[in-house]
Amino acid sequence: MEVETPVLGRYGVTDINIDSIPAGPTPLAAGSAEAWLQTSPEYHMKRLLAAGAGPVYQVARVFRDGESGRRHNPEFSLLEWYRPGFTDSDLMAEVSDLVCGWLGCEAPRTMRYRDVFLRFSGVDPFLASNAELSARCEQWVEPSQLQAFTRDDCLDLLMSCQVEPALAGTGPVFVTGYPESQAALARVSEQDGLRQAHRFELYVQGVELCNGYWELTDCDEQRQRFAADNQARLAAGKPEMPIDQDFLAALQAGVPDCAGVALGLDRLLMLKLGLDNLAGVIAFPADRA
Amino acid sequence: MASYSTNEFRGGLKVLLDGDPCIILENEFVKPGKGQAFNRVKLRNLMTNRQWERTFKSGESLEAADVIDLEMEYLYSDGEFWHFMKTDGSFEQYPADAKAVSDALKWLKEQDVYTVTLYNGAPLTVTPPNFVELEVVDTDPGMKGDTAQGGTKPATLSTGAVVNVPLFITIGEVLKVDTRSGEYVNRVKVG
Repeated sequence: MEVETPVLGRYGVTDINIDSIPAGPTPLAAGSAEAWLQTSPEYHMKRLLAAGAGPVYQVARVFRDGESGRRHNPEFSLLEWYRPGFTDSDLMAEVSDLVCGWLGCEAPRTMRYRDVFLRFSGVDPFLASNAELSARCEQWVEPSQLQAFTRDDCLDLLMSCQVEPALAGTGPVFVTGYPESQAALARVSEQDGLRQAHRFELYVQGVELCNGYWELTDCDEQRQRFAADNQARLAAGKPEMPIDQDFLAALQAGVPDCAGVALGLDRLLMLKLGLDNLAGVIAFPADRA
Repeated sequence: MASYSTNEFRGGLKVLLDGDPCIILENEFVKPGKGQAFNRVKLRNLMTNRQWERTFKSGESLEAADVIDLEMEYLYSDGEFWHFMKTDGSFEQYPADAKAVSDALKWLKEQDVYTVTLYNGAPLTVTPPNFVELEVVDTDPGMKGDTAQGGTKPATLSTGAVVNVPLFITIGEVLKVDTRSGEYVNRVKVG
C-alpha cells in the first residue's frame, strides 16, 4: 500500500551523525515542544506497520542538516518500503531486482563489512584496537584531530577515504553485517563469534544507494539505543534530542517482524544518467535553492 | 581573526593551516550514510606553493588567514627590496623581498601594475599580469621577409627576460609576452 507520512513532525532523530532541521518556532501541536523536518519517514511508517497496515511504501522528501556536496543535498527523495515477514536477505533480493533491473547492471555481490575492510583497508573493523584504527587514520588527519575521534569516527573515515573509493572499482556490492555500534535500527545477532547488525547498504559504482534493516522490533532495546545516542550526542557537544514516544509506543504495541529499506532516488537517477554529481539531477540544488 | 567552519569552505578561501597561510582549492563533502561526515580538502600553501590534502570532520574550523590581493605599481628596487605602491591614490608603499618577487622578477617594469598578495600586511607574493608588453634590447639582426618561416631566435627584453621570438623581430620593437608560459604572443610596436 502506498502511504504518506508527515514531512514535518513533532520529533527529530537521535542519530549522532544525522542532524534534524528544526522548523520553528511554533510547536506543531499543543503539548509538543518543537517541530522538525523529517530526516526519514521511518518512525511514522513503523507506526503504520504497528497499526496493521501490512507492506507499505512511499516516496518521501527528507531533510538533513549540513549535508551538501557532490553526492549530498540537504533535501532529497527516498523510496522507502517495509515488508512484513521478510529478513534482510529477502529484502536484498528485492532491492537487487529493482535497482539492478532498472540500471541494467549485474546483480550485487554480498560482502560483509568486516571483509570489505580487511580487503580494501587491510584492517579488522571488529578486532583491531582503537590505537591501531587511529594510526590508520593518520594518512588523512593529524594526530591532534584524532583526539576527538571515536572508534566509529575512525571506521567512518576509512570507509569514506579508502573503502568506498575501492568499491567504485568493483561491481555492485551489498555491504552487510555492520558493527553493533552502527546497527542504528537493525536487529543484531552473533555471527562468526561477532555481534553483527542485520543492516545492509547497496553500493553501485562506489555510490551508496540504499540502507536497509531487518528491523529491530524490541521496544526496550530501542529505548536503550536512543538513550545511548543522546549520551554520544552530549559527549560530542551536540544537543540532546527528544525521544519519539509515539514510535516507542508503536514498538511496545507490536511492530510485526519485518525488513525495511530506504533508497536514494536522486542518486539512483544520477547513476542511471551516468553523472557523478547530484547537481545534474536536481533543478535547484542547495546553493541555488 | 575570524574562523571558517568546514561548511563555509570553498575554492579561493584563505585559511591558516599549521601556521601557514593556505588557499583552498577544492572541498569535497563525504559521509557514509549513517556515519560521521568529513570534508576532504585540497589546499595550496602560499608560503611554499606546495599542494596539501587534508581531511576534517565536518564542523571543524580553521582560522582565516589575513591574506589579500592588491593591485600595485612597481616603483624601483634598492637591491634588497622591490618597492610597490598602492594604486588607490594613497601612495602607500610596500617593500617586497626576493622571495616574494621570485619568478615575477624578470617581468618587472617600472610603473606597470602587478598583483601583490599581502599576508599580515606584508608582501607574500608578486604576480605579474598574464600579458606584459616589453621592449627588445638585444637579439640577432632581423631577416626581412622571413615571416612565413617557423624559425625562432632568443631575444632579451628590457627587464632581462629572454624569450624565443620569430626571426623578423629587431631591437627596439615592443612585444606582447604571456608571463605564464614565457612565450611571445605578438609584436605591439614595430621598430
